[in-house]
Amino acid sequence: MTSESIDIINAFALLTNFVILPALSYGSQLALGALAVTLVYSILRFSNFAQGDSMAFGTMLVILISSYMISRGWTITGVPTALLAIPMALIGMSIYLLTMDRLVYRHYRRIKAKSIVGISASIGVMFVTGGIVRFILGASAQRFGDGERFIFSVREFKAYTGLEQGIALKTSQFLTVTIALLLVSFLFYFLQKTKTGKAMRAYSDNKELALLSGIDPDKVVQITWLLVALFTTIAGTLYGLDKGFAPQQYHLLLLPIFASVIVGGIGSPIGAIAGAFLVAFSEIFLTYAYKKFLIYLLPLSMHPTSLVQLIGTEYKYAISFVILVIVLLIKPTGLFKGKVIVDE
Amino acid sequence: MKSYLKTTAGFVLSATMATASFGATVNVGELQGFTGPLESMIGPMSGGANLAVTEANASGNYLYGTINVVQGDSVCIDPAVAIAQAEKMINDDNVMAIMGPNCSGNTGAVITNVLVPNGVVAISPSATSPALTTLEDGGWFFRTAPSDARQGPVLASIAISRGQTDMAVTFSNSDYGKGLADAFVTAYEAAGGTVTVMAGHDDDKADYSADVAALSAGGSATLAVLGYANTGGRGIIAASEDTGAFTDYVFGDGMISELTSGAVADGSWGTMPSPDEALGANWVAVAAAGDVDGSGVFSAEAYDAMALIILASQAAGSTDRAAIQAEVMNVANAPGNKCSAGDLGTCLKWISGGLPVDYVGATGVELDAGGTANGSYAEREVIGGVFTNVKIHQ
Repeated sequence: MTSESIDIINAFALLTNFVILPALSYGSQLALGALAVTLVYSILRFSNFAQGDSMAFGTMLVILISSYMISRGWTITGVPTALLAIPMALIGMSIYLLTMDRLVYRHYRRIKAKSIVGISASIGVMFVTGGIVRFILGASAQRFGDGERFIFSVREFKAYTGLEQGIALKTSQFLTVTIALLLVSFLFYFLQKTKTGKAMRAYSDNKELALLSGIDPDKVVQITWLLVALFTTIAGTLYGLDKGFAPQQYHLLLLPIFASVIVGGIGSPIGAIAGAFLVAFSEIFLTYAYKKFLIYLLPLSMHPTSLVQLIGTEYKYAISFVILVIVLLIKPTGLFKGKVIVDE
Repeated sequence: MKSYLKTTAGFVLSATMATASFGATVNVGELQGFTGPLESMIGPMSGGANLAVTEANASGNYLYGTINVVQGDSVCIDPAVAIAQAEKMINDDNVMAIMGPNCSGNTGAVITNVLVPNGVVAISPSATSPALTTLEDGGWFFRTAPSDARQGPVLASIAISRGQTDMAVTFSNSDYGKGLADAFVTAYEAAGGTVTVMAGHDDDKADYSADVAALSAGGSATLAVLGYANTGGRGIIAASEDTGAFTDYVFGDGMISELTSGAVADGSWGTMPSPDEALGANWVAVAAAGDVDGSGVFSAEAYDAMALIILASQAAGSTDRAAIQAEVMNVANAPGNKCSAGDLGTCLKWISGGLPVDYVGATGVELDAGGTANGSYAEREVIGGVFTNVKIHQ
């Protein structure tokens, strides 16, 4: 510790490394998954429980294709091969989702089944998808990232800046945030400016009116699944590059994703993003032990002896759900006025 | 048509009778966590258990029929599923005994709700919670893996001897994790070590940055991870490596996996139940001949658990469940003629010939009065990115 007892820069570096960067990339990964859920909800009118396992399916395709590419030497230095495999995987993912729509969801759409039926059907799809992934890739965890793991590591950062606290920036964190930003901008442009996007919004706002004005419902549904394929595959791949791939973990990603969607307001894309970051940041901010941080900021006489932790990390799962309950009590439609589908 | 039916019926009947006269099929249960937190370790464990059955069947020395394994998925963390599977094995498949279950929480539930009321023996290869020692099991439960009440102190004494006098401790929020963590921390602090932060982590969480941030706030550069390599423990290590929070790690047996060794720097170490070197080498050779990965955690214990069931049945002179229970300790412990992994056929012959047997098996099985293996531990260090045996601690 330096003789200077108040050290804002080190305190900030500490917080960036342990709280802000991890929360930012985790939030981005949740946001992409949440957008896919919200899209399905607004157009197809059910909560897609298969989202987590679909992400595993998309990631599986990426893993299979990228390992083939690596074996053939089709790689670019510095870039994870998984990224190069995404376009191919997208094709496979789109085919899979459209097939599932054809085999399962279309029937319930035709008979105008209630939203709860769609949910139940998606739970079936969830188990089938999870089963296929385990069958093909096995149940064990694996890493598939290649190339440089860090843009700069803690040690490099310390050597360069001379600070006591280091910051590490992982390639996967940088990619996650950048790609999420690009994708979200693309989605908003698509929904606001293109004809198909407008048709989708019209279909989502008022289905009957949209049909009367000549919008082709099948086309809207297909485009929706293609967008879902895009977001699902990329969210799964980014999450996997960052934290490794394990089918069970992807399956359980469903919980924070749903929490994000509902907190933000289901059916609202901007809400899904805000909800995702709220969930990610509150989990990490509320459970962080601020002892070291305060030692940098406070004069010696006020140094804390305890860990200064608001809530034990054991409870972090509960945090997103407490937020969920509070939001639903105060604003049942979520932070950004989502919609609540009422079955006629 | 009628005559055809008659012929068929006659054929089937004679076929059945033929089987009956040459030995019926005897079912034995294999209740393991094929899916869930342990799924990455189950391959070699199931391989070990089935190798014992293959060996006994191939020898032709087991007297009460061809042994058939009935598999059930205990999913490791859901006692309701484990109980249902065990009930099914006992009532529908009429198993003589059960090899399994795996995870400590599940195991406790199966003992209380299934084994004791039904009077069936189960031998677990991997439930290591100290709490199972004191659980009222009516003598129906045995385990070939030693209790963590032993592993904790072994870990602690190695840590102290390596000069690691302070560390943060994180454990899987499960019966296994908590049991091991308590045993470790008690021994470590008694030996003069300081635990800076101790916090449990839930398995299968989407993100572990918060856990690691809190653990690192205590200031130690060493982290003891007492969890599962496939789920929470893996997430903790990934988050720690990403943020540079810890440089050294200490692992419990659930973390000894290539998933772990590939993710951390050389010099980190852990312990796992392991036989002494001669037995270990014998097991690896026997396993390799049977196409099983003998280096897999608990693969040897799984082999022994299944072998004990088969030997106890032979010694009992039947497939009667209570008779098997009465013989498990006799075949597992001294006195008697020693037989190791790969010698099951000989062992079975000795028993049917009236010779007493002290099964040594793959791990040097010796059960204490509570039916738990005494066991020894291997200290394994990450060297060149793989876990390498450094020393065996008795």
